[in-house]
Amino acid sequence: MTPDENMPSRSAIGTDRLIEVLAKDAGAPRPFGSILLVAAALGVASAAASYLAMLQPRPDIDVVVRTLRVLFKFIVTVPLAVGMIGLLDRIARPAAPHGFWPWLLGGVGAVLAVGVGTELAMSPPAEWAARLVGHNARYCLMFIPLIAIGPLACFIAALRQGMPARPGLAGAAAGIASSAIAAALYATHCPDDSPLFVATWYTLATCIVAACGFIAGRRFL
Amino acid sequence: MAAALVGDEIAYRRFLEAVTPHLRVIARRRLSAFRLGNQDVEDVVQEALLAIHLKRGTWETHRPIGPWISVIVRNKLIDALRRRGHRVVVPIDDVVDLIADERQDVSTDGQDIERMMDHLKPVQRDIVRAISLDGSSVRDTAARLSMSEGAVRVALHRALRSLAAIYRGGTT
Repeated sequence: MTPDENMPSRSAIGTDRLIEVLAKDAGAPRPFGSILLVAAALGVASAAASYLAMLQPRPDIDVVVRTLRVLFKFIVTVPLAVGMIGLLDRIARPAAPHGFWPWLLGGVGAVLAVGVGTELAMSPPAEWAARLVGHNARYCLMFIPLIAIGPLACFIAALRQGMPARPGLAGAAAGIASSAIAAALYATHCPDDSPLFVATWYTLATCIVAACGFIAGRRFL
Repeated sequence: MAAALVGDEIAYRRFLEAVTPHLRVIARRRLSAFRLGNQDVEDVVQEALLAIHLKRGTWETHRPIGPWISVIVRNKLIDALRRRGHRVVVPIDDVVDLIADERQDVSTDGQDIERMMDHLKPVQRDIVRAISLDGSSVRDTAARLSMSEGAVRVALHRALRSLAAIYRGGTT
C-alpha cells in the first residue's frame, strides 16, 4: 500500500523519522481539561492576591451581601466566569462541539437585562443618571482590568497547550473570563450596587480586558 | 490512539503510521489546487503530525478522532498557504474517503526534518538524530550521552516543541 517502501524519497524518509521520534515521546500527555482547571485556579488566586494588595472589601460587606442588589453582582459575574471557562475548554479543542455553555452565557445576559429592567421600573427616572454614574466609575474601569491581568496570563498560557481555531477570539474569550473573575472580586469593594452601574461600567471594563485578550490571543496563540 | 494516550509506544507508532497516508492525501489534494509541490505536501504532513503529537491532550477519548484530525490538518494547510501569501479557506473534508490514490509518490529534496534540526540546540539535535537516524531507544541514547533517561525524555519533548515553533515561524 505504501509506495515509500520501494521508492523511498528523502522527504518521506523525513516523515518516517519524525514518526519514529514522536513515538519515542509517547508518554501520557496532560489532558487539556486539567490544564485549564489549574489555570483557572491560579487565575483566581492571582486575582485575589492583586485585589487584596490594592483594595479591601467594603466595611459593611457582611450586611449588604444579603441584599438582592449586591447579590445581583455575583449572580451575574460568577456564572459568567464559570461559563466562559467552560467555553474556553470547548474552543481550544479541535472539532469539539460547544455544548450548553453558550446557553449559560445567554442566561447571564438575560439575568443582566432583567436586573436593569427591574431597576428602571422601580426607581424614579430622575435618579437614573446618578445611579448610572455612581461614585467611582473610574476606579471600576481601572481596577477590574488590573485585577484581570493575572488570570488572563494564566488562561493564555493554558490556551497555548490547546489549539483554538481562531486565536484572537479565543484570547478575547479568555479576557472575558478573567474580567468576570476580577469583577466578582471587585464587587466586594465597589459601593455602587445599582444594576445600571454594573451593566454599564463592569461591561465596559470587560470590553477593555476582552480587547487586551484579543491582542494577546493574536500574538501568543 | 486511546492506547497511545496512556503511553503505549508501539500502539502510538502504529497510529501515526496509519494516519500519515491520510494526511498526505488530504494535503496533496488541497495543495495541488495552488500548484504547490510535493515538498510542501510533506511539510504540511510533518507539521500536522507534530501538532497531533503535541496537542493530543485536547482530544477527548469519547469523541471520534477523525474530525479532530481533519481540523488539525486544515489548520496546518491554512498556515502553510498563508505563509506563502495565499489567503484561503479550506473546507473540512471527510478523512475516511480519501485513502485511495496513494500511488504516485514523490521524489523531491529540500527542506525536511533534517534541515529543521539545524535550528535546535546541540543536545536536542543529538538526541533527535540518535533516535531518528539510528532508531535507538531512549535508554540507549541516555547511556550514550551519559544523561538520565528522564532528562533525555524531557529534552526530546522540548525539541519537538521547538520544531513545531520553527514550523510556525516559517524560519525554514
